Formats: sequence, C-alpha cells, structure tokens
Amino acid sequence: MSEWIYADHAATTRVSDRALEAMMPFLREEYANPSAVYAPGRRVRRALDRARETVAAAFGAQPGEIYFTGGGTESDNWVIRAAAELQGGEKKRLITSAVEHHAILRTFETMRRRGYEAKVLGVDRNGRISLEALRAAAGKDAALVSVMTANNEVGTVMPVAEIGAAAHDSGAVFHTDAVQAAGHIPIDVDRMGIDMMSFSGHKFGGPKGVGGLFVRKGLPIPPGLFGGGQERGLRSGTENVAGIVGMAAALEESCRNMRENAEKASRLRDRLIRGVLRIPGTRLTGDPENRLPGHASFLFDGVEGEALVLLLDQNGICASSGSACSAGALEPSHVLLAMGFSAEEARGSLRLTLGPDNTDAEIDALLEKLPNIIVRLRSGA
Amino acid sequence: MGKKVMVGMSGGVDSSVAACLLMDQGYEVSGVTLHLYNNEDVGIRKRTCCSIADVEDARSVAAHIGIEHFVFNFGTEFRRDVIARFARGYERGETPNPCIDCNRYIKFGKMLERARLLGADFIATGHYARAERDAASGRWLLKKAKDASKDQTYVLYAMTQDELAHTLFPLGGLCKTEVRRIAAERGLVNARKPDSEDICFVPNGNYAEFLEHVMGIRRQPGNFVDRNGSVLGTHQGLIRYTIGQRKGLGLSFESPKYVLKKDRASNTVVLGDEKDLFCSRFVVGDVNWIAWERLTGPKEAGVKVRYSQSEAPATLYPFEENRAEVRFREPQRAVTPGQAAVFYDGDTVLGGGTILAGED
Repeated sequence: MSEWIYADHAATTRVSDRALEAMMPFLREEYANPSAVYAPGRRVRRALDRARETVAAAFGAQPGEIYFTGGGTESDNWVIRAAAELQGGEKKRLITSAVEHHAILRTFETMRRRGYEAKVLGVDRNGRISLEALRAAAGKDAALVSVMTANNEVGTVMPVAEIGAAAHDSGAVFHTDAVQAAGHIPIDVDRMGIDMMSFSGHKFGGPKGVGGLFVRKGLPIPPGLFGGGQERGLRSGTENVAGIVGMAAALEESCRNMRENAEKASRLRDRLIRGVLRIPGTRLTGDPENRLPGHASFLFDGVEGEALVLLLDQNGICASSGSACSAGALEPSHVLLAMGFSAEEARGSLRLTLGPDNTDAEIDALLEKLPNIIVRLRSGA
Repeated sequence: MGKKVMVGMSGGVDSSVAACLLMDQGYEVSGVTLHLYNNEDVGIRKRTCCSIADVEDARSVAAHIGIEHFVFNFGTEFRRDVIARFARGYERGETPNPCIDCNRYIKFGKMLERARLLGADFIATGHYARAERDAASGRWLLKKAKDASKDQTYVLYAMTQDELAHTLFPLGGLCKTEVRRIAAERGLVNARKPDSEDICFVPNGNYAEFLEHVMGIRRQPGNFVDRNGSVLGTHQGLIRYTIGQRKGLGLSFESPKYVLKKDRASNTVVLGDEKDLFCSRFVVGDVNWIAWERLTGPKEAGVKVRYSQSEAPATLYPFEENRAEVRFREPQRAVTPGQAAVFYDGDTVLGGGTILAGED
C-alpha cells in the first residue's frame, strides 16, 4: 500500500502506464506538426488518425464524428454556444438539468442573457430527471437537450437512451456530457440516441488538458475555434498530439478492461458504502442502483465536509467534498441542493471515488480511520 | 520540532511578514486564507471567484517562504455572523462594525477551531496588538501595539481568554515601516500593497446601496424631526444616515444641523445642533472583560468609542448582566449605538462592548 490513499478518481486519475508509453514518442522524436507535408509530419498525422479511430470505436461512432478539444469544459462550452446555429437559428429553447457541471450551467446562463429560453430541469432525490418533465419542458420545438450521462458529485447515471428518445420526439438535438462516464460504463452513441457528446481524457487514465466532442455526421455545428482549420475546420489550433494519443490509448485500455474494472471498483465501492453507512448519522447520496462503478458519496449529519476532507488529508487520504472553486476552498454543492438537501445538510458531504489502483487494504484503512474522524468532528475536539 | 502555528494570511504585507517572523522564531508555520464570500454575491461586479482576490497573493507568498497554504471556506459563517448582523444592526438604526464581528466569530472563533482541529497549537494574525500573560492575575492581557498609530486593539476587544492564550501577534512590537522593510528584504511580492481600509464586502463604502441592493432591505422614507418632534422634512430611510452626519441631508437650515439619533419605532431621524451631539454617559452591552472576570466596582478608564478616535477619560460602572455604564469626564461627540466602546488602562485593554441606544 502506498503511503497515501487516492480516493478521488472522479476529480482526476493517474495517467496509465500504457497511455504514458503511447505519448512518449510524441514528446520526443515525433514532434513534427501533423499538418506538415514531409514524412515526419505524415507519421504524426497517421498517429492522430489512429487515435481518432480508436476513440470513435470506443463509442460506436465514426472517426469523422470525433473532434479533439482541450477538455470537457471546452467541449461543453462549444456545444451549448453552437446550439443556436444547429437548427437554423430559429429554435430558441435549450434544456438541461440542474445537476450538470458548471461548464454547462454557466454557458446556459450566457445563452439566457443572449435571449434564449434556457430551461433547467429539477431532479429527484437520487439526482435523476423525470422524463415527463423533460417532455413537458421541451414541447415540440426545442433546439437542444443537454443532460449528463453520469453525475460527477453523486455518481448517478441518467437514463440516457430514454432522454435521447424524448429529446428527439421534441425535435431537439441531444447532447450529453459524458465526462464522468466515458471509459467507465458502456456508451454507444447510436443505441443511446446521442447526437453530441463531450468527454475528457484525464477522467479515464489519460492526460489532462485534452478531450473531445462527438458530433453526429450531418449536424451543422459551427466552429469552436477559428484559425488554421485543424479538426476539419471546426476546432483550429495545432493538435495536442501527445495528449490525444495518450487519451486514445487510455480509452482503449479502459474499454477493453471495462467489465473487469467495473466489477472490482463496484465490489470495493459496495464494501466501502456498507462500512461507512455503519457510522450513525450517515446517508448515501445519489442513486443506489444506477451509479458509477467506483463512486461513493455520503452526507454526514453535523459534520463540515471541508474540515472532514482536511482531516482525511492529514491521515493520508485524498477525498473531496462539494465542488472546489479556483481558490481551493469548497463551495456547497449545487448538485446536492438540486436533489433537495438543505444547505446545512449539503455541507456534510464526502465523495470517495475509487479506481483500478485501489485495494481492499486501502478500503480497510479508510473504514478504520473515517469513523474516528467523524466522531472527532462531531465532538468538536 | 517547534510548536505548530497557523497564520491567517490575507495576501497583504502584514500577515506575510507575520508568517516570516514566526518561522524565524522556530515555529512550524502553515498559512491559511479565508474564503468569505463571492464577489458577485455581495454586489462587487469584478467577477473573480473569491472575495479575497488576494488568495493568489497569499498562496504565492506561502510558496515563496516555503510553508504549506490552505484555504478555508467560511462563507456560511461569514454570511450569518458578519453580514447578516451588519444588516440587522442597520435595520435597528445602529451603525455596526462588522470587522469586530469578523474577528470575533470568524478569525478567533472559527479559524482557531479549525486550526486546532488540524493540530495547530496557535493561530497568528498580522494584527498590530500584543497578547501577554499577567503573572499576578494569571490572566491573558491584550495590549496596544508598539506602533500606536497602527494599533488595532479596538477591533480585538472581544477576544476571550482562551483565544488570547492561543493567538500570536508577531507584529505587536514592530512599526509599519519596519514591517515594510522586512517584506522588501525578503522579496515578498506584496510589500508595497496599500493597506485595506474599508469594510471588505462594501469596498466603495456605500453601505446604504449594499443594504438595499444586496441585502434587499427596503428603505422606508420618514420624517426628519427636531428634538421636540416637530417635522423638518422627509428622510430617505434610516439606513442612509449615521450619527453626527451633517452633509447629504437634502435640507437647508440657518445653522448647521446634525443627525443626533435614529429612532426605529417612529422611523424618524432626529436633527439638532452640534452641541446636542455631545453625551456624557451611555451604556454598553455584550461586554467582554479581558483584564478581569467581571467589573465589581467603579473603575477609571480611557474609553474609545470609534476606531479613528483616541480615548477619552471616563469611569466605568457595573450595570446589570453583561453591561456596563460609561460616564465621561468631559462629554464626547457622536457616541453611536452599534459601534464598540473599548476600555483602556494605559496600554492595556480592560474590555469593551457594544454601545446601546439611549432610553431617553
């Protein structure tokens, strides 16, 4: 067991050995610009194409439907701002859920200020939206429905296929933010009726600062960045080749080992959940059934999540609570508030997210230390 | 290994130098910056993530001097114990001092609690003040800073014995010029950063606008009256005025008129001559004694009734639970309900409390 326990895989993951290995040539000898016409450039271009094929295959998409970006946030921003032009600019209604990442919600805000009818759907106690509410809100002339595949804070997996169908019934284009889900649960863009999808490399063993957007063939999405015309003219800027290759390798590996990884992570997660729920005044948050494999999230009555995370840190455990703002302080989670918890309840949140490296011994250590820390925080000592 | 101390770092020069000095003294030092509000939530339009846009400064100072740095989010407590109290005080017709509440509830309350939880023996701040243990009485005393012009004991009077025993003020024996010199010598990025003066969450000093637009307090126009109750005109709401104010009343008189009193019950603002602003006795509530457990008989003291004023000689009398009566030797101008009155014996802070509205 390493000297610290990393239980924050929803925040980011270790770059897998295979991904790092795949990246190295492009940080060293294969440094040519993939747009260059000479042989080294063509080699790099080929690597980029292969990465695109790998990523497309992982989602049941065509290579021509994958655009590489600088990460999930960029993909989300691009999609929502593009929504205006997707359907000829006539439809003005955009629909999302209250538990989306801020990359979606804050972009929705700017669209609202630009005159769009931006509707935010509430969720139930488990963090899922209601399909009836979605249909009612969408009507027959919505431009875009954007609902995440799985929630980053509470791990709830949304009924994506049903949401996609409902979106299409209303004439809307369906986007899903799959940043937290990609590489962890099966995603098939055709079967799930997904028109556009955001993903991010560092959530499944790839490097940070690289992600992508799937856009179904034929959807007239406007460019996200203007410039030299890379990514078939839609996302200019010299490609982050090493990052893209590393992300593709990590995604390929994650999908190949998905069942095995998920079984292991779920087993550890369920042990962890059972053990943590033995602590009095503790609740599981998120959907007990439809949740990400390694994802466990809790509320502790009478405990400040921020203090809890700091004490866990002192005990060598990396965990999270709420959503960190850029200053590094923790804000009350908008997700928990949307799920109907009070601000006071939401303060006592803890998220423990496991990955392929976690072990039974680490769960033992967590379950040994956590109850004492909770007792200490509640006694105010 | 030295004792552990967690220094409250605002990103400014004082707390940065405080951290350096504690390291020199052999303490095991870490830094913490408090995240107290989001700018947009308090109506500051500059859209940054955090109140203290100075978090980045503090972090870079901490990295520069080689200490760990934390950020604690005390937004909930700040809203409840500082901003809401400030608004309620104004609604009651008082002129509250939120910096005192922030020190009391946030810095020496919440921050000390959190620091102890994380294993710190002490907290420290860049305040200009001194804490000393009195051998004879065994009590912890709060004393003025060596640099009298920078002394901040006025905003620290609410500190408890426990808080004083676990707080270090490394700047208490230094002058501001020395502090700036130390900062410059150590290459601290913020060595020339100006001192902050205003209430942090109302940086433009327009409290009425803050209360109306951010806190949603509806100002209710009412009457200006003289001391006999005769109506002199219409005021724009109690929150727009403060005791001793002369300008901005929107009325003209043959001789200058001053705000003497704000009466919430009748929603009137009483105006009068400058001489009527002077008062010779008042009562303070919510008193915190530092030099002794309780006041048992009359006691001579210098009394300071606002941050920027010097002390005036007075006698303190015990008065009910948690209260004391102050009788000045000479009447003092514009004693304002909601502000703090702090009692001194020379350099020593005896205690202090909140000025209560008169019963007349």
